[in-house]
Amino acid sequence: MKIAIASGKGGTGKTTISTNLALSMASDHRVLLADMDVEEPDSALFIKGNHLEERIVTRDIPVWDSDRCTLCGECQEICNFNAVVRIASQIMIFPNLCHSCYACSELCRDEALPMKPSRIGVITRSEQGNLTFVEGRIDIGQEQAVPLIKSVGEYIESIADKDTVVIMDSPPGSSCPVMEVVGQSDFVILVTEPTPFGLNDLQIAVETVRKLGKPFGVIINRSTLGNSAVADYCRAERIRVIASIPNSLNIARIYSAGGLSCGMDPDMSREIGKVKAFIKLIS
Amino acid sequence: MKEIVVISGKGGTGKTSVAASFALLAGKSAIVADCDVDAADMHLLLSPDRAERHKFLSGTVAVVDNGSCTGCMECQAICRFDAVTEKGGFAIIDPVKCEGCGYCSRVCPENAISNIPDLAGKWYISSIRTGSTMVHAKLGIGADNSGKLVARVKNEARKIAEEQGKELIIVDGSPGIGCPVISSLSGASYVVLVTEPSLSALHDLIRVVELTRNFSIPMGAVINKYDINREITAQIEVFLREANIPLLSRMEWNEEFVHSIVAGRTIAESENTTLSGVIRECWENVLQQNDITVKV
Repeated sequence: MKIAIASGKGGTGKTTISTNLALSMASDHRVLLADMDVEEPDSALFIKGNHLEERIVTRDIPVWDSDRCTLCGECQEICNFNAVVRIASQIMIFPNLCHSCYACSELCRDEALPMKPSRIGVITRSEQGNLTFVEGRIDIGQEQAVPLIKSVGEYIESIADKDTVVIMDSPPGSSCPVMEVVGQSDFVILVTEPTPFGLNDLQIAVETVRKLGKPFGVIINRSTLGNSAVADYCRAERIRVIASIPNSLNIARIYSAGGLSCGMDPDMSREIGKVKAFIKLIS
Repeated sequence: MKEIVVISGKGGTGKTSVAASFALLAGKSAIVADCDVDAADMHLLLSPDRAERHKFLSGTVAVVDNGSCTGCMECQAICRFDAVTEKGGFAIIDPVKCEGCGYCSRVCPENAISNIPDLAGKWYISSIRTGSTMVHAKLGIGADNSGKLVARVKNEARKIAEEQGKELIIVDGSPGIGCPVISSLSGASYVVLVTEPSLSALHDLIRVVELTRNFSIPMGAVINKYDINREITAQIEVFLREANIPLLSRMEWNEEFVHSIVAGRTIAESENTTLSGVIRECWENVLQQNDITVKV
């Protein structure tokens, strides 16, 4: 069972819920928590496990072999992303624009654009009791998160057995990195807050998840703030509200210092309990 | 022309609330660009009229003509994005997975695959209630061109600023450090970092500062909800000092912040004078940092 914790709007509590839920479930279950918000991975601040492995992640980028190249210029014409450009008697490659589709490399009749691995980030793994923690972290300056998120997904596949509950902390928004995480999941939990921003971004996230055909539910965080528009929307759309966590300075303060409020704050403990019960129900 | 970009690294620290307040305080003197294209929220505070609507066509998506497809599946063999599957003797391409590289159409022996322009979203030019103009957008569901849409929004904002003789563009950016953020930084003259006192926000701030450094853009920072954890606020201040980033202002946690958003008002318009006072002071600091004199 793979559960993606996503949100639309940033800062609604994805990491708070992912980390509290993962550690709480790990009391009687094998759990794998994967931080797939590779641009800004924060779950590690809350998990104090033993470091087990670090793996450099690469993706393949064409490299120009000037000895073989006859400067026919077809690669430039083939590349739909303007990542390969002929300038005077040189072929220039722009790695941030390249999608690693291999077209220029495999269609080059002189075999002058071999694909070579190029570093994009790191995957790390640690363990804390029943909990395995995996983090993807993109190198600063890399533009494309999706290839790294794919690699994290493959890594999870290689280490998690069928009985492991996998919790995937997703990036905010609704563009390609989120689609990649949600696409890998069996169920999606959308975390929102009861404000106009929370509602607007939830609606976009719901559209995204529906487009991918994934079953989903909602957690309303800071539920005592703002207005009732999010709850009304969920009712009208028949979306299940799995838990509602009240606004709490105590929870905010525990989070701010890198702590887990489940077990320390009664509201958080109760609502995480509801999420656990729900996951058992759908597993 | 000055382009002031509001970003944060971590999401939910208050970027949009700060940027919309700047837009309000700048009034007619600034063009506004909402570059958080996959979770755009500025329109909820600035009442845009969407007077001009445009389709955003970007890249292509591959489509198979069943009449010509023989099901040889050569396309599937070369696709690096797992976008091709076989169904009933034909190749089917998943438009969500397809990245539009066009490789399949080049290898198809029957020429059965064409590349059609991808509707990746929409963008708008609006009059807003500050008396100025806003360029904003909505990324198509599942589209993967957020960086390019950000670039389009910014370019349109620049054009309008030039036409109208405006010296200032206020840009609301997205969370993270990936392609939309990098795109919003290109050509920026000043970055306002909005952060909050949590270890996560500090961690994310350090990454986004390093990214911004690569572009050599001057920065200033706002610490929102600074009183939630004063110890971490102090740590952030040490980091900012060592990084030579001026602190523009500190805002305390205040429920009025949320009330004003719920009422569709920027915090600059809050009835709570402490809150509105702090954001005004923050904006004046931004102007001062940029040597801008604004006639409001």
